[in-house]
Amino acid sequence: MYEQIASNRRRTVLLILGAFLLVGAVGYALGLLWASGPAGLVIALAIAAVMTIGSYRYGDRVVLASARARAVAPEEQPRLHNVVEGLSIAAGIPKPRVYVIPERAPNAFATGRNPEHSSIAVTEGLLETMNRVELEGVVGHELAHVVDRDILVGTVVATLAGAVVLMSEFFMRSWWWDGFRGRRGSNRGGGGAEAIVFAIGLVLLILAPIFAQIIRFSVSRQREYLADAQGAMLTRYPPGLASALRKIGAASGVPMRAANNATAHLWLNQPSRLEGDRMGSLERLFSTHPPIEERIRRLEEM
Amino acid sequence: MPVWLGIVLGIVLVALVAGVLVFNRLVALRNRVDNGWAQIDVQLRRRYDLIPNLVETVKGYAAHERELFENVTAARSRAIDAGAVGDQAQAENQITRGLRQLLAVAEAYPELKANENFLALQEELTGTESKIAYARQFYNDQVMRLNTLIGSFPSNVVARVFGFGPREFFDIEDPVRGPAEVGFR
Repeated sequence: MYEQIASNRRRTVLLILGAFLLVGAVGYALGLLWASGPAGLVIALAIAAVMTIGSYRYGDRVVLASARARAVAPEEQPRLHNVVEGLSIAAGIPKPRVYVIPERAPNAFATGRNPEHSSIAVTEGLLETMNRVELEGVVGHELAHVVDRDILVGTVVATLAGAVVLMSEFFMRSWWWDGFRGRRGSNRGGGGAEAIVFAIGLVLLILAPIFAQIIRFSVSRQREYLADAQGAMLTRYPPGLASALRKIGAASGVPMRAANNATAHLWLNQPSRLEGDRMGSLERLFSTHPPIEERIRRLEEM
Repeated sequence: MPVWLGIVLGIVLVALVAGVLVFNRLVALRNRVDNGWAQIDVQLRRRYDLIPNLVETVKGYAAHERELFENVTAARSRAIDAGAVGDQAQAENQITRGLRQLLAVAEAYPELKANENFLALQEELTGTESKIAYARQFYNDQVMRLNTLIGSFPSNVVARVFGFGPREFFDIEDPVRGPAEVGFR
């Protein structure tokens, strides 16, 4: 189990590194293509920085509010509170705040920038369908996200991906305008070489946002496997989470009102918007979560 | 400055930095072990507090199980008075077994099982039992890490110089994931 966690960590580092390189490559392409200097790059990075700080400080409250999560007292949900408190002791972190979401689909998420400011939210459907051992599996998974500061990693990657999209949009627009004004190629004698550089830069800029999204989603998917493994290490009982995932998989057709693209990567399992959602292979590439059968298989191998 | 002097100074510097890092790690682990022990203590105390309540509630429905009540109550006082870790662990095991029997007895009394107060106590007890198990798990993990660091080279040198000793594991029966639940699917 320790080896699996270690290799998951390595892959996550590689993916984040890939994201950084992508931002660098796009910046470089902009430098090649955009003669008017680094102004656009600076603006894009500034916006990305503001977005990061904003989501770092207030992201948890926004997410909880958008899911219509309600804080519950220990007297109201003694079982949930006991499970959360027990597993936080096992993880050696302060007990997160506990929320319940009025949704029928069994699901859960954790949020907060660090273990001292964290919250766990579960749906009413989850509380109804899970027994104690399964609930411990789910809460263990969410606490693993808290311990690993995954929400922070998610923010960093989402912001990097966002910066790539922003920069290439910026370039595309300014390039159109420059093209209309007919500045290009008038007093530069590069000819063929310049055209090739231009073409490479253009392809890079078109592909960059797509790559950025794929990186973002695969970080999220790696994180899910890692959290499964670590959650199982907290409860010392992988079948608990496996059984919970089986139940969640069986209920995957139940739609969630709170589901949207911006928060999909936070949930225990990707929420579906439509009745009886089923995914194709292309969709799988762009999905934030690994297929539930694969997660169950890995848990059973532990 | 001759080359060999530079090399020697470099080695001394690296050794110093490594020593400081190991020392800090040892302090962090020792604090976590202490914190883990405090957590176990909090949860065990919580269980001591629950026992009289539970005994009273069950007594109201099953007064003739006197021996069982006495066993649990006696084990409780022994655990509270215990000095050594080993003695306490033994008494805690008796509490765990006694409580399990108590809850098993309760199964035979439908009115008791429907009692609101009993249900709340049962949830509290289950929650506390699992918190004891998790606190013990955390404590033993940290003890294992500390003892590994103290036992392995070169950190054992730093540990000996600053007087870090290995700690004792806390071995009690697992109340939640004992043999009764192995067959769960």
